[in-house]
Amino acid sequence: MRYSGLKVIKEALTGHKGWRPTWRDPEPKKSYDVVIIGGGGHGLATAYYLAKNHGITNVAVIEKGWIGGGNVGRNTTIIRSNYLLDGNEPFYELSLKLWEGLEQDFNYNAMVSQRGILNLVHTDAQRDAARRRGNAMILNGSDAELLDTNGVRAMYPFLNFNNARFPIKGGLLHRRGGTVRHDAVAWGYARGADLRGVDIIQNCEVTGFKIENGKCLGVETTKGFIGANKVASCVAGSSSRVMEKAGMRLPIESHVLQAFVSEGLKPVLDGVITFGAGHFYCSQSDKGGLVFGGDLDMYNSYAQRGNLPVVEDVMEGGMALIPSLGRVRMLRSWGGIMDMSMDGSPYIDKTHVDGLYFNGGWCYGGFKATPASGWCYAHLLATDTPHKVATEYRLDRFRKGRMIDEKGQGAQPNLH
Amino acid sequence: MIINHPILGPRDSQEFTYLGDAALIDRPDWQAEDAADQFHDYLYLRDNPAGAHRELWFHEQGDRSWLVVTRNTVTHEILNVELARDAARARGRSK
Repeated sequence: MRYSGLKVIKEALTGHKGWRPTWRDPEPKKSYDVVIIGGGGHGLATAYYLAKNHGITNVAVIEKGWIGGGNVGRNTTIIRSNYLLDGNEPFYELSLKLWEGLEQDFNYNAMVSQRGILNLVHTDAQRDAARRRGNAMILNGSDAELLDTNGVRAMYPFLNFNNARFPIKGGLLHRRGGTVRHDAVAWGYARGADLRGVDIIQNCEVTGFKIENGKCLGVETTKGFIGANKVASCVAGSSSRVMEKAGMRLPIESHVLQAFVSEGLKPVLDGVITFGAGHFYCSQSDKGGLVFGGDLDMYNSYAQRGNLPVVEDVMEGGMALIPSLGRVRMLRSWGGIMDMSMDGSPYIDKTHVDGLYFNGGWCYGGFKATPASGWCYAHLLATDTPHKVATEYRLDRFRKGRMIDEKGQGAQPNLH
Repeated sequence: MIINHPILGPRDSQEFTYLGDAALIDRPDWQAEDAADQFHDYLYLRDNPAGAHRELWFHEQGDRSWLVVTRNTVTHEILNVELARDAARARGRSK
């Protein structure tokens, strides 16, 4: 079923009786060429690109809950390509280019909105760092503009420019960044994969791997054994729990990151603003709610909820930046579990087990990476070589001294 | 979260900063044959369990003691608190 304006009109006139389920609900076959563990954005994108780019359609995506119920539905929907380092920026630029053509590609309205992202700066040193990062972005085909105070004021006159601790001295504007309807990303990829023959198997939890003589032969699940030539783990947030079943310890800690939505307001904020110094960033959804977040709770957690000190910290950051927020009522808050890696960058790699592949460690950056993660993971699964923009995302990079540490924090996951 | 400090009693977790897995106490022997491998694992790999987790907390805005807190990472329930000094000595360290 392809969607079109004509179809919408026809269904509206005939009582909406012609809509069909967007994907099938199949029972698992005995075996597949590729079994992808995790029906989130990355897993579904991987299945989609395996089928579309590589013609590999004998694929299952197995998901312990329902698809899109994890981090792809728990993030703050921001997409961007504004990284500094060579190991990262080409990858995220590929991702942003894929976002730009995604809706036409998978014929699904994901509400991709390139409304611009502004990273505020408050000191000369921060301005220098922003200029350097902006140049790195431009060198890699992305876009960046350095604004002075008046440039920021013209865009967002309601910000507090004269905060005693963090006066706004300008910002790095990335116009092609923006937001996306995150659930629709999971649904669009799921539908596209399903149409090409991929089996999406929900309510099916992996309970173990079948590994013999260093080769992975398939996965044990709550719906029985499923054989596979290749098994691809794609469960960021729970990576350590899943890969432990294959005897692996990972360079990852799981941490909880909270997010918040306010009551619906009239349009006040047409882009995304990040106030890194105050641990606060904010955008406004198309429904009118302010969507914002801040820092990690800082301790290891698998609970999809955080604690009050961080709620307070985020609200204080918001009040410092946008004093008029004080009259806004909060509607909801929630938490998502991050795979925090040891250098703040992800992994897309083979493992020491033949036929077992790993994708994870996305820190806060998983959502924006969804298309490129699927694209590059599918490339790795199909060809057994890393995609050219993902060559640095190796699990053994710490051993080799090839960290991709954007912030220069060292091996302290909660500080990335 | 309230951390029941062995000396100071119940304290708000906001007074503390968090380091990570208490296995960091067990620093490898730098003279071992495979010291490079051991230090790689020590620095970069984590058990990262869902459930009871022994972890290092620093009472930065208090008495500046290091604690080993055993906490459930699924529920955030704190199960046990001890001084890191005592935990390290119990594992054979001199201090």
